[in-house]
Amino acid sequence: MEFVWFIFLPILAAILIPFLYKTIRNVHTGWFVLVIPVLLFIYYARFVKGILNGEVHISELPWIPSLDISFTAYMDGLSVLFSLLITGIGALVVLYSIFYLDKKREKLNNFYVYLLMFMTAMLGIVQSDNVISLYLFWELTSISSFLLIGYWFTKDRSRFGALKSMLITVFGGLMMLGGFVLLSIMGDSYSIRELIANAPQMVGHEYFTLAIVLILLGAFTKSAQFPFYIWLPDAMEAPTPVSAYLHSATMVKAGLYLVARFTPVFASSEVWIWLVTGIGLLTLFWGSFFAVKQTDLKAILAFSTVSQLGLIMSLFGASAVAYHVSGEGSAIFKFAAFAGIFHLINHAMFKGSLFMVAGIVDHETGTRDIRKLGGLMSIMPVSFTVAFIGSMSMAGLPPFGGFLSKELFLTSMLSLNEFNLFNFDTWGIVFPIVAWIASVFTFVYSFYFVFNTFAGKKKEQALPQKPQEAPFGMLISPVILAAIVVVIFFIPNLVAKAFVKPAVVAMQTGLYENPSDVAIHISAWHGWTPELFMTLGIIGVGFLLFITMARWQKLYDVQPQYLSLNALYDSMMMFGETGMNRLSRFYMTGLLRSYLMYMFFFIVTITTAALFIQDAFKVDMDSFSPVNAYGFLTAIIIIVAICMVIFAKTRLAAIIALGGVGYSVALFFVIYKAPDLALTQLVIETVSVALFLLAFRYLPEVKRHGETRKIRVGNFIIAAAVGVTVTLIALSAHSQKLIPSISQYYKDTVFTEAAGGNIVNVILVDYRGFDTLFEIAVLGIAAIGVYSMVKLRLSRKEKSDESK
Amino acid sequence: MKANDVILQTATKVVFFIIFLFSIHIFFAGHFAPGGGFVGGLLTTAAIVLLLLAFDLKTVQEALPFNFMHIVAIGLLLALGMAAGSFVFNVPFFTHAFGDYYLPLFGVTSLHTAMIFDAGVYLVVVGSTITMIQTIGGDS
Repeated sequence: MEFVWFIFLPILAAILIPFLYKTIRNVHTGWFVLVIPVLLFIYYARFVKGILNGEVHISELPWIPSLDISFTAYMDGLSVLFSLLITGIGALVVLYSIFYLDKKREKLNNFYVYLLMFMTAMLGIVQSDNVISLYLFWELTSISSFLLIGYWFTKDRSRFGALKSMLITVFGGLMMLGGFVLLSIMGDSYSIRELIANAPQMVGHEYFTLAIVLILLGAFTKSAQFPFYIWLPDAMEAPTPVSAYLHSATMVKAGLYLVARFTPVFASSEVWIWLVTGIGLLTLFWGSFFAVKQTDLKAILAFSTVSQLGLIMSLFGASAVAYHVSGEGSAIFKFAAFAGIFHLINHAMFKGSLFMVAGIVDHETGTRDIRKLGGLMSIMPVSFTVAFIGSMSMAGLPPFGGFLSKELFLTSMLSLNEFNLFNFDTWGIVFPIVAWIASVFTFVYSFYFVFNTFAGKKKEQALPQKPQEAPFGMLISPVILAAIVVVIFFIPNLVAKAFVKPAVVAMQTGLYENPSDVAIHISAWHGWTPELFMTLGIIGVGFLLFITMARWQKLYDVQPQYLSLNALYDSMMMFGETGMNRLSRFYMTGLLRSYLMYMFFFIVTITTAALFIQDAFKVDMDSFSPVNAYGFLTAIIIIVAICMVIFAKTRLAAIIALGGVGYSVALFFVIYKAPDLALTQLVIETVSVALFLLAFRYLPEVKRHGETRKIRVGNFIIAAAVGVTVTLIALSAHSQKLIPSISQYYKDTVFTEAAGGNIVNVILVDYRGFDTLFEIAVLGIAAIGVYSMVKLRLSRKEKSDESK
Repeated sequence: MKANDVILQTATKVVFFIIFLFSIHIFFAGHFAPGGGFVGGLLTTAAIVLLLLAFDLKTVQEALPFNFMHIVAIGLLLALGMAAGSFVFNVPFFTHAFGDYYLPLFGVTSLHTAMIFDAGVYLVVVGSTITMIQTIGGDS
C-alpha cells in the first residue's frame, strides 16, 4: 500500500463523523475518532527501525502531472519524528477531549471534523516533498486552526482570535508561496530533495535572498515569532485540547519544520543565519519576559510557547553555522541542530501536559485567572504533580528532560561566540547573554505558573465553583506526557538514537551519511563547564526574582497599551475597515447614472488610449462589403428610430422605438447572411420589448428627475464618446488582420472533430463551452438576483402597509 | 393588465403551440442548421410571454405549474453534469462524445452529448427569463 494515502486517512474518516454523531448519541464521538491517530501512530512507528539505519521511503500520488505537481510523501528522520508527534499527541489530545468536552452540550461533530482535517493537513506538511502540495496543506492548517479557535463562535473573543490568527498565518503562507515559486525558478524543480541537490547553483542568484525572506515570513508567522506572535495569545480562546494540540505541540512547529527542512538549501547564506538565529533569540527573550506579566493561565503558557519556539528557532539558525566550518573544533557547532530537535521533542511533551493541566484547572475551578487561584495542591494532587514536572522541565531543572536540552542550548549559544564569519566574532557574545537572561525569565514564569496556582493560600471563595480533582480519564493524557518527560531524562541517548539523530541527518544533509555518524552523547553530568555555571546562575537569580515578583511586576505597566503590537494590529484593522468603507462610499453614490458613467468613462479611456499607444488605428476601405439599397434603407430606419428614442415624450414610445432599432439590426444580420444572429436578435427583441412593457409601469416618469442642461450636455458627451470609440475599434479591428482568422480552423474541424454542421452553435456548446457554461451560470444568478430584490422590497412594503 | 380579448386569447391558444413546437425544432436543429439551445429557449420564452399578454399571470401560473427557479437549477446541473461527466471516462473536462445510432421511428440519427449541454442552456434560459418576468410582472 502506498503510504501517501495515510495522509488522507483522517480527512476521509472525518466524512463519517457527522453520521456517527447523529446516530450514536450515547457514545462520545471522540471514542470513534481516537482510533484514527492511534492506528496512524502505530503505522508510522514501524518506520522508525528503518530510519535508524538511514533509510528513506518515498511514495507518490500524482495530482496535476502536467504541472509537475504531486502528493509525494517522503519519509526520513524529520518526517517520521513529526508524524509521530502529530499522531501520538493527537491521540492523547483526543482522549483528553473526550472528558473535556461534554457530549450533550458541545457540537462534537464540528469539533472532530475540524480536528481530523487538521491532522491530515499537518501530516501533509511534514511529509510533502512537493512544495506546492506542502503549501496546500500549510494553508489547510491555517483554515482548520481558524475553525477550531472559533469553535465557540458565539463568543466575541473567539471570533476575534480566529480572524487574527487566520489573517497573520495566511499572510505568511502567501509570502511563503512566493518564496517557493522563486525557489522553483532558481532550482528548476518543485521537489524539496531536488532543490536541496541544486542548492549550490542557486547561491548568488538574484532571487536567493528574496526567497529566504519570503519563506522565513511563512515560517515566522506560523511559528509565532516576533513580531508576528501576537496571534498566539489570542488563539487561546480555543478549547484547551486544541491549544494543547495545535498551538503548542504541532501546528506552531510547522514553521520550525520548514526552517529545518530548508536548512540545507539556505545554510550558505549569511542572511539566513542572522535572521533565524536573531529573530529566534529575540522571540525567546520577548516571550519569556512578557509571560511573567500575564494573569491568565493559558496566556502564560501561550507566551511561554512563543518563547520556547524562539529558542528552537535560534538553535536551527545556529545549526546552519555547521556548514561553514570544517576540521578541528568544528564538532562544537554541530550541537545546535541536535539540541534543537531534542528540545522540540521535550517541549511537545511538557507543554502538552501543562496545557492539559491548565484545562483541568479551568474545568474544575471555573477560572483561569491566576490571581484567584492558589492552594490547589491538596485538592488536586495528581494535576499538581503533572504541572510540577512540566514546569520544572520547562525551567530546565534536573531530573527532567528539559534540563538536558537546556544545557545543550547553552552549549550551542556559547559556541556561536567562537564562530568567526559574518561578524559573529564581534556580535557573537550577545547570543549567550540574551539566552541567559531569557532563561532566567523562563525559570521565573515556570515557577509563577505552578506555584501561584497550586501553592500558597486557598482562595476557594473567589472561585466560581468548588474545586475537585479531575476525573480519571482526563488525567490519563497529561500523566502519560509527564511520565515521558521524566523518562527522557534517564534514557536520553536512546531517544537520541531513535528520533533525534535521524532527524538531524535529515535536517543537515551533506554533513552526515548515517544517523550513527552524529557523534553526540548526552550526559546529565558533564563536569564543571560554563553551561553548568550558567544554569546555577539561572536558578539563583531566577529564584530571587520569583520571590520578589510582587514588587517588580508593576514595571510591566510602564509600557502604555497604545504602544503594543496588539494596538498596532487593531489600528491596522480599524484603518482597513473604515478606510475601505470611506473609499467605497466615495464612489458608490447609489445612482445608476453614476455607475454607468464610471463604466463608460473607463471603456472609452482605456480603449482609445490603447488604440493610440499601439498606433493601431487604421481604416482599410477595400475590405468592406458592398452596401446595397436595403442596407441604406435599414440604416435610415435605425437612425430615425434612435432619434425617436431620444426625443420621445413617453416611455412607451421610447420602448417601441427601441424595439424598432433592434429589429432593424436583425435585418442587417439577414442581409449579411448571419441567420443564427438574426434569429437570436429577433427573439431577444421580442422578449425584451415584452419585458419592458411589463416593467415600464414601475419606471418613473421620463421628466421626473428634472434634467438640467448640464446633465444633458454631460450625457451627450458620454454617449458620443462611447459611440465614436466603438466605431473606431470596429473599423480598426476589421481593417487589419494581425493573425490569421480562426474561422478557417472552425470550417476545417467542425465536422471531423465536433460532428456538427452549424459552426455558431458548435462554438457555443463545444469549442467555447466554458464560456457558455459560465454565461448560463450568470443568467441564473441574475434571475435569482431579480427575484430576491423584488421579493425583499415587497415584504418591506407589506409591513409598512400594515402599519398604516 | 386587463385580459379579456377574445380574439387574442383564441389565437394564442393555437399560436402558442406553433411557437413552442418551432422552438423545439430549432433546438434540435441547432447542431447542423441555425438554432440551438439559446435561441430555442428564447423562443419558448416568447411563447410563454404571448400567453402572459393574452391571459394574466395567475392563469399562466396555473397552466404551467412549475417553479421556474428550479428549472434554472436543473438546467445548470445538466450542463455542469455533462461537462464533469467526462471525468468518469478519464478524459479532460468538457470532452464531448458523439456517434450515429439507429433509433426506431427516427432511423439513423446522429447523437451528441453536446445536445445534453444544450438542453441545459435551454432550460436555464427559459427558467431565468420567466422567473424575471414573473417576479417583475407579479410585483404590484
